[in-house]
Amino acid sequence: MKEKLANPNYDVNIEGRNRGGLIWKWIFQASTVVGIIALTALLLNIMDSAFGYVALEAKVDPATLTVDGVSLENQNKEQLISVLQSHISSGAYNKLEKDQPFAERSVANIRQLILERVVKYDVKKSWSLWESITSADQIKQEAIKNYPNAKLQFISWLSSDFVDRPQSSEALTAGVRTAILGSLWTILFTILVAFPIGVGAAIYLEEYATDNWLNRLIRTNINNLAGVPSIVYGILGLAIFVRALEPLMSGAIFGYVDPTTANGRTVLAAGLTLGLLVLPIIIINAQEAIRAVPQSLRKASYGLGATKWQTVWSHVLPNAIPGILTGTILAVSRAIGETAPLVVVGASTAISFDPTSPFSKFTTLPIQIYQWTSRPQDEFRSLAAAAIIVLLIILLGLNAAAILLRNRFSRSY
Amino acid sequence: MIEQEKKSSATTVFRQQSNGLRGRRRIGELIIQGLLFFSGFVSIFTTIGIVYELGKEALLFFQMPQVNILKSLTTTIWQPHTGNFGIWPLVTSTLMTTTIAMLIAIPLGLGVAIYLSEYATPKARSILKPVLEVLAGIPTIVYGYFALTFMTPFLRSIFGKDVVEIYNTASAGLVMGILILPLITSMTEDALSAVPRSLREAAYGMGGTRLEVALQVILPAALSGIAAAIIIGISRAIGETMIVAVAAGAGPNFTLNPFKGAETITGHIVRISGGDLSYDSIDYNSIFALGLLLFIITLTLNIISQRIVRRFREVYE
Repeated sequence: MKEKLANPNYDVNIEGRNRGGLIWKWIFQASTVVGIIALTALLLNIMDSAFGYVALEAKVDPATLTVDGVSLENQNKEQLISVLQSHISSGAYNKLEKDQPFAERSVANIRQLILERVVKYDVKKSWSLWESITSADQIKQEAIKNYPNAKLQFISWLSSDFVDRPQSSEALTAGVRTAILGSLWTILFTILVAFPIGVGAAIYLEEYATDNWLNRLIRTNINNLAGVPSIVYGILGLAIFVRALEPLMSGAIFGYVDPTTANGRTVLAAGLTLGLLVLPIIIINAQEAIRAVPQSLRKASYGLGATKWQTVWSHVLPNAIPGILTGTILAVSRAIGETAPLVVVGASTAISFDPTSPFSKFTTLPIQIYQWTSRPQDEFRSLAAAAIIVLLIILLGLNAAAILLRNRFSRSY
Repeated sequence: MIEQEKKSSATTVFRQQSNGLRGRRRIGELIIQGLLFFSGFVSIFTTIGIVYELGKEALLFFQMPQVNILKSLTTTIWQPHTGNFGIWPLVTSTLMTTTIAMLIAIPLGLGVAIYLSEYATPKARSILKPVLEVLAGIPTIVYGYFALTFMTPFLRSIFGKDVVEIYNTASAGLVMGILILPLITSMTEDALSAVPRSLREAAYGMGGTRLEVALQVILPAALSGIAAAIIIGISRAIGETMIVAVAAGAGPNFTLNPFKGAETITGHIVRISGGDLSYDSIDYNSIFALGLLLFIITLTLNIISQRIVRRFREVYE
């Protein structure tokens, strides 16, 4: 008996084992810290690019653009128009007049035009926020030495103007309004398609489907579809919506003729592609929400003589709807962030007009970020960073809504 | 008499009404059930659509006189417009970014998951879980931006600008690892927390330290779930597009040097379809063949992962 207790493997080296345990605990903690560092670095890196000094060189010094001694900032509409007229060709002026008559344009808009067409600020160099804070003096000296004609200015690439301005090829006057509207239009069609079909499929699978091979196939298939890379959906959308259904997607079938539309690469095609992409996510989330509704509610409903659909519509769905909506919001935030499938479907590279119908050409916020990121100049990287902040704020808002919804309507049985 | 007549007529009316109602309702119910079934079937249509469209276009691609499957599997130059279809440059770079990503994501993901499920206090968990959820919710294009503007300069400052090119698979792979980390963590944590308490308590009762319990009892019991998580992670890494499109380089390059630029399968599809190519060009057809390849690889990995979970799941009573 005593010998058994004195088992050599028992009670050996407790201290050593504990020490080993402590070291591994540090390792596990360290890997968690690495994850947090990565997230912090990512966010700081974006902040770093979105603000900072820029050296601007004007083609025409705005100080010279005075009318009767009135400076550009204080001129009235007629004076601004005369400045514009005297500095651009009459052909260009007429084209602007044709786009929108000057009589209807706002003062701010005309001043904007003067900045774009006449002053033509050129970003010679831009610095990051960190550089701007830590070595402002050096930057000032460098700017005076290398760019004597330029003025140094601290700017925030993210501003209310940035959100409100249309796309432009000039970094300083570019904005994301076109892209945000494009994203909203696209998401509208995504929701219109994916929500009813997704919820319908979930109801079918949870409430109606019996356990036969077909329904098992549908279930397995949905799980597999959720794992298909998004770019494959893009290729599918290209083949089906853009190429095979082109007349429908470009609206030609309804007699709609939009001169700007290019071969079915429209808001509608993009929305439907993303709809297919998020469908499995919506179905899986809705299934979980429906499954969480207690069986007793259904039994009570049947007991009162309700039919299957009455039970589903009046008892199961109202109880499952918070969960379904939460899942849908999460799916929508996934769709808003998607880039790859839309590149494949054919997002437009440079459009400066807002989408006005399902058959418009489109660009979306992530696409815009992708294009700006792909450019080598620093100022476009800064624009991309500002656009990323806009995108992350939108996503944060959606997720906050999902959490609120979950907390507000969650019931326990 | 009159009373009785009234009563019986009332009954008939009631019967007629209820019969009518029942009849109408059944048709309505049938229609609704049909619509719901159709909704469920849309997912099947999607799969059929993927297989049919990709298969059809890929078949057209392989029927082109310039394309030879055997040759494309044995040569190492991918230049569709010059008639070179060696698939290897795209495959090796895909494997490289995936390997680098998994080298980051597997150890870190397991570490974080074990920490969260075995060590962390409830308070630490309540802070860390949302952090991971935020990481998982960030769009991939943002990670691409991060790879290009942070990771690449970082690598270049460590290894030297001559060694590390501006576009390289290492930085894309590293950032992809961060992207996949939350996926592996959450799946692993689910698997770990599914191991019943009794196992844990028995192991502690035998005098095991916390580490011994975690590594020698809990981890083996959750192994199938962890394997499934890793395979899903690999599948995600192979299909990941925007990080490699932004940071890994534009141009197929047959190299095993992670500091050189090389285009992956997904990166190639994005670059080709982003340009203004005509629908009939051979470049354009090639993306369908590559898409099919991608679909088959990821589908196979997903199915394997599901099989592992189903077959090797430890069943506890």
